[in-house]
Amino acid sequence: MPDEAATLDDGEVLHAPLTLEYPFRRTTGPVIGAFFTALREGRFVGIRDRSGRVLCPPVEYDPASGAPLTEIVPVGSEGEVVTWSWNERVREGQPFDRPFAWALIRLDGADTPILHAVDAPHDAMAAGLRVRARFADERIGALEDLTCFEPVA
Amino acid sequence: MTEPAPIELPEGLWSQPAVDTSAVPELADVEQVQLVRTPASLTYDFTPGVATTRFLKAIKEKRLVGERCPETDKVYIPPRGVSPVSGLPTTEQVELGTDGTVVSFCIVNLDFTGNAQEIPYVSALILVDGSDIPIYGLVREIPYDQVRPGLRVGPVWVDDAELTTSFENIRWWAPNGEPDVPTEQLADYV
Repeated sequence: MPDEAATLDDGEVLHAPLTLEYPFRRTTGPVIGAFFTALREGRFVGIRDRSGRVLCPPVEYDPASGAPLTEIVPVGSEGEVVTWSWNERVREGQPFDRPFAWALIRLDGADTPILHAVDAPHDAMAAGLRVRARFADERIGALEDLTCFEPVA
Repeated sequence: MTEPAPIELPEGLWSQPAVDTSAVPELADVEQVQLVRTPASLTYDFTPGVATTRFLKAIKEKRLVGERCPETDKVYIPPRGVSPVSGLPTTEQVELGTDGTVVSFCIVNLDFTGNAQEIPYVSALILVDGSDIPIYGLVREIPYDQVRPGLRVGPVWVDDAELTTSFENIRWWAPNGEPDVPTEQLADYV
């Protein structure tokens, strides 16, 4: 506003941090609940769809027919990078405070990939890279139980 | 963020069929996850703008200042720099009194999460002397069932050492002992 009202004697307009926060909780349902229960136990599960494929992370309904899915199957904690993207500008709340890779990782025994971070330098990232899950030491039954993936040495 | 209270989930809440985990023996005898926390938070660098900055700097000195609409002569507090009625910039700062009059109020009987107030308490709209729009404030030092429109009140400030550029400098409002304002004089402000 270019008039005299838009000035202050000492020239300084105040500002302060303001955090708007909602403490949501949501119910998981039986399928996602089984996935998080498995994460808490330090392992992965998927679900078998009507065509016999194993989907991990599991979904509640068959992608083709929409029929409910119920057959939980074990999936390995190792897998391979299907594709990846380098995250150069890291934001608060992301898995690392330094640049890192997001990757789609197909776990052993699964037919679909899961998206997560990989703790590896840029020049180590490649499609086909073998990785394994690193779990949090204290697990609560939530996605945070999965810290990241790391290359299999 | 404080941990919210546990929730008892009713049987039959989920419309999806139960899953078969017999292929994963590790899931057989452990507690099933039913809830996850998904907090959502946005952090801003908030600036109140020039006019409200003036107000906040004044309230640090235990003064209340409003700004006047050049067309309607109404005085707004806290000022936003623009008259909400005419849309014109408010160019005149107005030093207000610090006392005011209750024009409307609410007796709060619900304990909101994170609220340390003892219930019931009174949240009121208070017309500060010299202004034309009421502001929110708590009314205390009087039984809640004796608060009424027209009650004269004054601010109870935090200790001088705690004064900041914040509306929280006013802890609450308390009766100032003056006679009530006749409610018909408040008709334009309710």
